[in-house]
Amino acid sequence: MEETLNKINESLNQKFPEAIVSAEVLYDFPVFTIKPEHIHDVLKFLKEEPEFNFHFLTDLTGMQTADEKQLGVIYHLHNMPKNSRVRLKTFFDINKPEIPTATDLYPAANWMERETYDFFGVKFKGHPNLKRILNVDEMDIFPLRKEYPLEDQTREDKDNAMFGR
Amino acid sequence: MNKETNTIVPPPDSIEKEYSTLNLGPTHPATHGIFQNVLKMDGEIIRDAVPTLGYIHRAFEKLAERRPYAQITPITDRLNYCSSPINNIGWHTAVEKLIKAEIPKRVDYLRVIIMELSRIADHIICNTIIGQDTGATTGFLYLFQWREHIYDIFESICGARLTTNICRIGGFDKEWDKKTWEHIDNFLNGFPKALTEFASLLERNRIFMDRTINCGPISAEMALSYSFTGPNLRAAGVDYDVRVAKPYSSYQDFDFIIPVGTQGDTYDRFMVRQQEMWESLSIIKQAIKNLPEGPPHADIPDFFLPPKEEVYNNMEALIYHFKIVMGETDIPKGEIYHCVEGGNGELGFYLISDGGRTPFRLHFRRPCFIYYQAYPEMIKGAMLSDAIITMSSMNVIAGELDA
Repeated sequence: MEETLNKINESLNQKFPEAIVSAEVLYDFPVFTIKPEHIHDVLKFLKEEPEFNFHFLTDLTGMQTADEKQLGVIYHLHNMPKNSRVRLKTFFDINKPEIPTATDLYPAANWMERETYDFFGVKFKGHPNLKRILNVDEMDIFPLRKEYPLEDQTREDKDNAMFGR
Repeated sequence: MNKETNTIVPPPDSIEKEYSTLNLGPTHPATHGIFQNVLKMDGEIIRDAVPTLGYIHRAFEKLAERRPYAQITPITDRLNYCSSPINNIGWHTAVEKLIKAEIPKRVDYLRVIIMELSRIADHIICNTIIGQDTGATTGFLYLFQWREHIYDIFESICGARLTTNICRIGGFDKEWDKKTWEHIDNFLNGFPKALTEFASLLERNRIFMDRTINCGPISAEMALSYSFTGPNLRAAGVDYDVRVAKPYSSYQDFDFIIPVGTQGDTYDRFMVRQQEMWESLSIIKQAIKNLPEGPPHADIPDFFLPPKEEVYNNMEALIYHFKIVMGETDIPKGEIYHCVEGGNGELGFYLISDGGRTPFRLHFRRPCFIYYQAYPEMIKGAMLSDAIITMSSMNVIAGELDA
């Protein structure tokens, strides 16, 4: 795991200096945090460089950071012949949630990006058909953002101190 | 009038060629679930298809952010409800990975038995439905009762049949009783005969082969670029199986073959599933033969409920019980991706824990949500009836698709 991490880290540093924010091993995954302006180039490099050959997009999803000021997009890539995996993360300002699409590299990213847009409002620049996929088209919020709590916050019959932290 | 050929020649531009639009679904008996496809038809040939989804979206990822870890298991039931034990155990193994629990071999083997049984149940549904959609109802009726027997096994283990909520974080709530083993024995004795019978009805049946070969094919390259996993990817000729590539729950101890197809058409998908059922049977037999002795759960008092008699008579046990039920145990901070081989592909759990009682973020990698987007590509230029069996052979489950 460390070996894969170091190898990728070295090549990325050479090719895109300043692109990497952090590189670490979390449980059994090498994880890189990439600056959003470089994410497309890094994906392209990792896919097309024969040494890495991350040809398979396992998963693409979004998240919101704990301070609610940033959104993130998380890519899980997989190289099947070598059976190695890598996770790329990129974070950007919630008020300007724009990031280049990965559909030109991985056709499978199409619906996954639509889902991420649907729930977090991340605008994927260059996506062929960026509209809501699971929620109704008329919805005007992005439901998985932390500003929309699951329970009705106006309820007074429940004391939060009694229910968990 | 053309006098030589004696036919009417209409003046150019006098006939307007128009495609007709057809709504396939959302509730159509042939789609086996809530799927809508708006088809652009040229006669009976499909020119374009636009899938609409989200009819049974239940916001699982948002719900999971309010629930303690143990209470997320019932949510996973409702993803791929044809093989919910795999989802349950996948979730448990994901949490065990997060808390770095050591699981006894016995638990792993028992889980393998359950997971392979539910894989068989999943494949029974898919394969018999392909038969049903091609007009062979007999196989459906013969084999479907064996799915019922599998559900009897689940029922005697956990009390539920379809949405099982089977197993716990750390292992099983109790040792399996005699009745369960009897059910399993009966199944292992009777099922191979029924499966052989079913195979002889369809596998080399001329009509069935003509109907399914070259129907909805996908090349290995396309399948990979659309992130296919599971039997659909293997039918296209790629031998990727999570059980081998990233073994979980002691799958490395078992000896089995990954069947692969060549063309990725409906027949290959059918055959891959048929073969996988035999492999699953052999895995179950190996697991029973080599079943290690030991407790049916891991020794993790922070997460595994203590026995009831101790809860009533012992202070410590009562405290642990209360903490677990209220979701007050400390969960380490961390970020994991854990995947298991579900009935129709790689089922992944991307889990971020901030140490609180609930996950900070939980994302399910739902295999059929990802590969269903290749469906319009696969049915373009095909007949309407081919589109129906292509969909049933892809094993798209509405619950998993819409989360």
